Amino acid sequence: MATVAFKNLVKAYDKTEVLHGINLEVADGEFVVFVGPSGCGKSTTLRLLAGLEEITSGDILIGGRVVNNLEPKERDIAMVFQNYAIYPHMSVRKNIGFGLRTAKMSKEDKEKRIEEVGAMLSMTELLDRRPAQLSGGQRQRVAIGRAMVRDPAVFLFDEPLSNLDAQLRTQMRLEIKKLHQRVGTTIIFVTHDQVEAMTLADRIVIMRDGHIQQVGTPTEVYRHPANLFVAQFIGAPSMNLIPGKLVAKGIELDGGALVPVTPIGASANITIGIRPNDLTLAEEGEPALLEGQVSVIEPLGSETLIYVDIGQREVVATVQGRILPKLGETVRLNAPQDEIHFFDSDTEIALKV
Amino acid sequence: MSNSEIKASSQTLETAKTTSSFSNVDPGKVIRWTLLFLGGVVMVMPIVFMISTSLKWPHEIYELSIIPKEPTLENYIYVLEDGRFYQWFWNSLLIATATTISAVIFDSMVGYALCKFKFSGRMFVFVAILSTLMIPTEMLVIPWYIMARDFGWLNSHWGIMFPGMMTAFGTFLMKQFFETVPDDFLEAARIDGLNEFQIWWSVAMPLVTPALSALAIFIFLGNWTAFIWPLIVTNSPHLYTLPVGLTTFSVEQSVQWELIMTGAALATIPTLIVFLLFQRYIIRGVVMAGLKG
Ligand SMILES: Nc1ncnc2c1ncn2[C@@H]1O[C@H](COP(=O)(O)OP(=O)(O)OP(=O)(O)O)[C@@H](O)[C@H]1O
Ligand SMILES: [Mg+2]
Repeated sequence: MATVAFKNLVKAYDKTEVLHGINLEVADGEFVVFVGPSGCGKSTTLRLLAGLEEITSGDILIGGRVVNNLEPKERDIAMVFQNYAIYPHMSVRKNIGFGLRTAKMSKEDKEKRIEEVGAMLSMTELLDRRPAQLSGGQRQRVAIGRAMVRDPAVFLFDEPLSNLDAQLRTQMRLEIKKLHQRVGTTIIFVTHDQVEAMTLADRIVIMRDGHIQQVGTPTEVYRHPANLFVAQFIGAPSMNLIPGKLVAKGIELDGGALVPVTPIGASANITIGIRPNDLTLAEEGEPALLEGQVSVIEPLGSETLIYVDIGQREVVATVQGRILPKLGETVRLNAPQDEIHFFDSDTEIALKV
Repeated sequence: MSNSEIKASSQTLETAKTTSSFSNVDPGKVIRWTLLFLGGVVMVMPIVFMISTSLKWPHEIYELSIIPKEPTLENYIYVLEDGRFYQWFWNSLLIATATTISAVIFDSMVGYALCKFKFSGRMFVFVAILSTLMIPTEMLVIPWYIMARDFGWLNSHWGIMFPGMMTAFGTFLMKQFFETVPDDFLEAARIDGLNEFQIWWSVAMPLVTPALSALAIFIFLGNWTAFIWPLIVTNSPHLYTLPVGLTTFSVEQSVQWELIMTGAALATIPTLIVFLLFQRYIIRGVVMAGLKG
C-alpha cells in the first residue's frame, strides 16, 4: 500500500504535448478514478505511472519515493488492461502465477498464494482451464487475479470493463469495489464511463485535453461542478444548460424568464444549469421558469424522460409518477432555486451565489 | 394435420430436396473442381514417375509406363548398400536442421526487435534487410564463395550452412506476425518483472507458434533441396548433400535415372515427416496470414 503523487507532470510525444502539468495527491488506500472523453490523456497518465512511457518533465512519487527513472517492475505496481492481456498459451493457474515468477518465494508458497487469489475471485474450479475456455468476465477476473497475486502497492486499471456487456460490467464493477474494500490497496482506475466513475470512486479526477478539470468526491463533482465541462460530463442525462444575461434583478434567460439571483462575480453573460431530475412540472397558476412543447417521451420504467422544446433549445426533465404530459402538450417547468448552477459563459467557470 | 398427412408432406419435402440438389449443380463449382483436379494431377505426376522409375530395371526406364513391367527393389538395395547415401543423407539432415533452428531463432529475434522496439534507424534497417530479398541466389553465390574462401570455410559443413543461418524472408515474415501480438501482452509482462529477452522468449514467441512452424517448414525444405550453393562450396564427396550427391550417379557414361529417382524417393521421407509434424500449424499459419494480411 502506498500513496501516489503527480507533480507538474508533463508528457509530450515528439513536439505535441498531451499532458500539460498534472498535479494530484492520492492517499494511501484511496480509490481514485480518472474519467474524461476519449483522447484526454487518462491512459497516458496511467502508463507514465506504470513506467511504460517516459515522462517529459515533472515527478511521479509512489509511497513518497520518486520513481521517474525506475523500471515498471521496480515500482511495485500491477496493471489490468482493457483487453485483459492474459496469455492464451497458459492455464489460468500459470497466468495468475505469472506475476510471481520473479518473486523470492518457495514453490509451495507460490502455489498457496495462487489458490488463495483463485478463491478470493471465486475461480478455484477454473484454475486449470485455458483462457479460450473462459467467458469475457472470467477472463477479466483472471487478469485481476494476476494483478492481485503479487500484492502490489498500487493497482492500475485501464478501462478494464469496457469489453464486457452492460450486465456483466455492473457485476464486475461491484466485485472490484468489494475487492478494494477487502484488500484496501490504493487503486487508480481509468474509464470514460461517468457512471463507473461515480459508483467506484472515493475521488474522481475529471480530465479534458491533458488538463485536470476537477478533483473531488462523486457527490462534490455532482453537486458542485467546477465548470461547464464537468457539469455536462457528470450525471446522466446531462445537465440542461440555458444561456442568459445579467440584468438588474438577476439573470434573464434567453426565453425571457427571470432567475432572481445575482451570482458573485457575475459578468454580462451567464449560463444556468439545471439537472433533469431537478426540473419539476409547475402547478397550475404557479409561476414557471421554462415553458414549451413536449417533443419526445422516453419511459425508463421507474421514471420518464420528457424532452421539452423551449424555443431555440431543448431541455430534458425527469418526471416521476404515472400522470404524464402528452406529446405536443405545452408544459411549464420549475426548479428549486438552490439547485440551479451558474456559470460564466465566457470562462465556463462555475459561479457561487 | 393427421399422422399420414405429416408423413406425406415430409416425403414430398424429401423428393423436393433430391431433385433440387441435382438441378442446383453450380457450373462455377464444376470448373473449379476440374481445374483443381488438373492442377493436382500436374503436381502429382513427377512424384508418381519418380517412384515408378525407382522400381524399374535400367532398360525399362525410357518406356513411359507408370506401372513397371517387372517391378524390382534392386535400386533401393543398391542405393542403400552403397555407403555414400548415408553420408549425404546425414550431411543434408545436419545442415537443414542446424540452419532451420538458427534461422527460426534469429529471424524471429530480429523481426521482434524491428516490430516492437522503436529506435531510430529502424525503418532503414528493415528496408535494408528487405531489399536483400530482391537479389537472386545466383548473384549471391560468387560473393559467398569469395567470403567462404577468405575465411577458409570452403569444403566444410559451416561453409554450406552459413548463408542460411539467418534469412531476410524469415525476418520479414516474423516481423509481420509480431504485429499481430498486442503490446498489452508485452507491457503486462514488463510490469510483472520480466526482462526483454524473457518477454520475447516466453510471451511473444508462444503467441506466434503457427508462424514459427510455417517458417521452420519453409527453411527446412529450402535447405534440404538446396543445390547450387552446396555444389559450389564443396568438392569432396563426403561433404555432399543429398541433392548434390545424387547427381554423381549421372557422371558416368549414361545417366542412371533409376538410381537418382531411388535416392530422390528416399530423400522425400524426411520432408514428409517434417511436414506431417508441423502441418496443422502451417495450415493455421497460412489462415492467420490470410486474415491479418
Ligand atoms: N504513442 C503515442 N504517440 C503520439 N501520440 C500519442 C501516443 N499515445 C497517445 N497519444 C496521444 O495522446 C493523447 C492522449 O491519449 P490517451 O491514450 O492517454 O487518451 P485516453 O484518455 O486514454 O483516451 P481513450 O479513452 O480513448 O483511451 C491523444 O491525443 C493521443 O492521440
Ligand atoms: Mg485510454
